[in-house]
Amino acid sequence: MNKRYLFAFLVVFVLFLAAGLGSAVGLQWLFGVVIPYAAVIVFVAGFARKVLNWAASPVPFAIPTTGGQGRSFDWIPQAKIDNPSGGWGVLLRLLFEVLTFRSLFRNTRMRLKEEKIAYQLEIFLWVGALAFHYAFLTVLLRHTRFFLEPTPGCIQLLETLDSFFRVEILYPGIQFGLPAVYLSGFVLLLAVVYLTLRRILIPAVRYVSLVSDYFPLLLIFGIALSGILMRYVTKVDIRAVKELTLGLVTFRPTVPEGIGAVFYIHLFLVSVLIAYFPYSKLMHLGGIFLSPTRNLRGDTRAYRHVNPWNYPVPVHTYEEYEEEFREKMIEAGLPVEKELAEAAQEKE
Amino acid sequence: MKDKRWIVTGLVVFLLIVLFPFWYNRGRAVPPPEVKLTEKAKAEKECVLSRDYMKAEHMQILDLWRETVVREGNRIYTNPKGREFVMSLSNTCLDCHANKAEFCDKCHNYASVRPYCWDCHIENPKEAR
Repeated sequence: MNKRYLFAFLVVFVLFLAAGLGSAVGLQWLFGVVIPYAAVIVFVAGFARKVLNWAASPVPFAIPTTGGQGRSFDWIPQAKIDNPSGGWGVLLRLLFEVLTFRSLFRNTRMRLKEEKIAYQLEIFLWVGALAFHYAFLTVLLRHTRFFLEPTPGCIQLLETLDSFFRVEILYPGIQFGLPAVYLSGFVLLLAVVYLTLRRILIPAVRYVSLVSDYFPLLLIFGIALSGILMRYVTKVDIRAVKELTLGLVTFRPTVPEGIGAVFYIHLFLVSVLIAYFPYSKLMHLGGIFLSPTRNLRGDTRAYRHVNPWNYPVPVHTYEEYEEEFREKMIEAGLPVEKELAEAAQEKE
Repeated sequence: MKDKRWIVTGLVVFLLIVLFPFWYNRGRAVPPPEVKLTEKAKAEKECVLSRDYMKAEHMQILDLWRETVVREGNRIYTNPKGREFVMSLSNTCLDCHANKAEFCDKCHNYASVRPYCWDCHIENPKEAR
């Protein structure tokens, strides 16, 4: 047992209960309109503030990761994406990092194998992270159907693709699969469970995990779970839900009657996630683009990176020193680089 | 600074994408679809089950009906009030709700739901006969 994940779990649970109770006692306006608006405002302002703060921060050192041979002689092949020396290379590296998590793919684990050190590819975190992020993206895009009327064709196409796998179960007491099962929701749920359990069960990872690691994971777990519950188990009136969400984005908020508590729980957890986003580790969404390890060129041997923090220090070079004390140095018999006559000649 | 310009551009693009529904729908009111009931449906007052149940969970009962008719060969459904119905989308549901375009499709299109009922069932069996 660990205080950190228990605390995170407790917070999510309390949020869950708060929204459930709140909608039960008639606080629909608070949970359906006020909190979502506040969350969006906090998100936009917080996100902009954070990024502008980062933009204003100087980069003291050139610290690009060098995942391959840097640019050298023409006859030494350069790893153009892993150690880029130009702008396009950096762009490609960033693109592959964002879309395929290359640096996570390099994750290895050291093991002793027949008394020798061996590095094994540790691929599960990479697979889990890919599944999680792409499932989340799909879920996010699918949800635009609640905010746009009519729903754009590309979103409808995505919905069709996402629901190509028909799972319909009907036994006495169990009925599942209508409306059509969206795979992305379940992939998201499984991936977030894996990522959470990984933190809890692997001792080394647990040691470095904080509340701020567990909380977003458990919050997203709560969101995925409430979403899945709402779609497949305790259904809500989807027409009323869209009326509410469209009311929000058209600035004509309404709270239609007869939307179940699960919806308000779902919406509240999403609002909390959105509002928490700029102040959490989830800001790696923006941070990845501003990471000096990813967005600097690997050209530290060719160009000197001047630290913008460097204070203008008044220096006194040896040449200036000799210029000042030449006569006294010669008098004392110290060696000088330029004799008196030579210096005088230069001055003329 | 050169970088700052890029960062601010990126930030603005990101926020525009995130807030897309807000500026896309600006100044627009999108009223929810009004479902039209036929005279027959109005006269009935209540559907097979309660209004709230039918609104949110009608697909469940249609699924159950299909299963019972196709797999068990049982065509009679008795609702909790003891009223009996022939389990048939085309002949029972569409008997009252004969106006598919004004009834089913209104909400389905609104919520971007594309049920596969109509892959097999024809829209208006009465007219086709």
